[in-house]
Amino acid sequence: MMDLARFSTFGGLPAPTFSFAPLNNVYWLDTPTTILLLVVVILLALAFAVGEVLKRQPETTINPAVVRTFNSRVYAWWMMCTILVFGILLGLISVVVGRISTVVLFFGVSFWALREFITLTPTRGADHRALFWVFFIFTPLQYLLVGLDVVMTDFNQFYRWYSIMIPVYGSLLIPARVALAGDYKRFLERIAKIQMGLLICVYALSYAPAILHLRLQTSDGKPWEGSAAGLLFYFVLVVQLGDVFQFGWDKLIGRRVIAPPINAGKTWEGFFGGVVSAALVGMLLWWVTPFRMWEAFCVSLVIATMGFAGSMTMSAIKRDRGVRDYGTLVRGHVGVLDRIDCICFAAPVFYHITRFFFANQSLAPLLFPGSGLGS
Amino acid sequence: MNLTAPVLALTAKLLSGASVRWIDCQPDTCQRVYFANHTSHLDALVLWASLPREVRALTRPVAAKDYWEKTFVRRHVAKAFNALLIDRKEIKVHQSPVDLMIRQAGDKNSLIVFPEGSRNAEGEVGKFKSGIYYTGKKRPDFEFVPVYIDNMNRILPRGEYLPVPLLSCITFGPPLWLEAGEPKIEFLRRAREAVLRLKDL
Repeated sequence: MMDLARFSTFGGLPAPTFSFAPLNNVYWLDTPTTILLLVVVILLALAFAVGEVLKRQPETTINPAVVRTFNSRVYAWWMMCTILVFGILLGLISVVVGRISTVVLFFGVSFWALREFITLTPTRGADHRALFWVFFIFTPLQYLLVGLDVVMTDFNQFYRWYSIMIPVYGSLLIPARVALAGDYKRFLERIAKIQMGLLICVYALSYAPAILHLRLQTSDGKPWEGSAAGLLFYFVLVVQLGDVFQFGWDKLIGRRVIAPPINAGKTWEGFFGGVVSAALVGMLLWWVTPFRMWEAFCVSLVIATMGFAGSMTMSAIKRDRGVRDYGTLVRGHVGVLDRIDCICFAAPVFYHITRFFFANQSLAPLLFPGSGLGS
Repeated sequence: MNLTAPVLALTAKLLSGASVRWIDCQPDTCQRVYFANHTSHLDALVLWASLPREVRALTRPVAAKDYWEKTFVRRHVAKAFNALLIDRKEIKVHQSPVDLMIRQAGDKNSLIVFPEGSRNAEGEVGKFKSGIYYTGKKRPDFEFVPVYIDNMNRILPRGEYLPVPLLSCITFGPPLWLEAGEPKIEFLRRAREAVLRLKDL
């Protein structure tokens, strides 16, 4: 009866309590995550050393183009790893700081990826105002909502907003704004480009830091006492490994090319080899996650496959525009989008699998006793 | 020390995401005339910001007086990046823009000019006006450095006041000089082609 009294008449839902969660009782950096971080940093250091050695080899022994690809990827992973570790280390000050900084860092990545995407896809002068909205209203607002979600107690309050803002309101308001500018030439094509950029670079990617707000539990319903930041790191790692293993298998045994006009390098052998290898590594790393071993295998299989779908889709867009990668589009820039396309596509799927099968979805915030109904 | 200049340079760099390339040309403090295609109000600022600091301190963008003296903010910005303001309306006999530019450049400053005269809406490169030819004729020691500014017309198009932070690219090409006895039309054509050539490099 006491519990019932706490319900307001908010459509049968608990009244929103906009307060900071007592997050310090949530593990931010636990031992498994620390071990994983150290292992990854050591492996990256090794990869860097190998790359440096390969760079010094005479051109006759090894293809210099392969070495360049390898080295540029290693640099990109260092960047990615630095960003994630930086967010995790800030979390040692306080969990709230860690969560906020992780969201802010992902916002930066989204913003840069969107710059690359829109720079690549030609828009017309009349789209200028709509693009201003996209960069300075929709993108920050999406991350603001995700950020509010990961620091507030009320599970679901902001998820309801950020999960529909861009797909629903973005897709209604942006075409309307473009129409107001009065240029109908290739109208449908232009609004599709802008909307696609927002969906891939901002909406989809924002699901990665959103993982931090889930109240994780194991599949038999016991609260999981591990680190959500570690789970995010695990996700990025498995998706990136999927990409690498595919590249490796393509080079080793790849014969049947999947879609030659889109990507001459991606083969069926590479796809299956890469996805299964990534799933096996993901399975062996089950101890950082709330998953059991076989569950970790399945989840990794799904996100590696989505990562592959992402690379293929972005390849198609790049071919259409006649560029090899976003890095060469504006010379001298690192192609951020080239490296995160697989993460963008896998993030919403990983979020939803975790949310539906490995998170406490009841509205009572069980992990935060004293802040609501769970007491 | 005025803080406006470094802050302006940094803002311009962040906003335009400009990558800078020097092709067959190196940054130098010798006297130069940088001439570029013109598509946006940001052009002068971004080109100026993309130069190394010690070169930047000696380089003065040539800009229109009627535009840059209109409001307090514009006057302040123009002063911060040491703009050389030219009156487009009242051109007097002994006060011609070319004379003014040469006098202001003295024997140590470089200049940034946009020989098309005004911004080009479609991002094409229009016909060059003869200013750079007469400058070269009076100062044959000046190096003329072609610069191609890519994508700036999408960042801040004509008639807009809010920028969209896309990525742009600034390419500096190999310098050219006015040859002895080279006709005006020939030099202007050569200069325009030097800029256009950088587009595809």
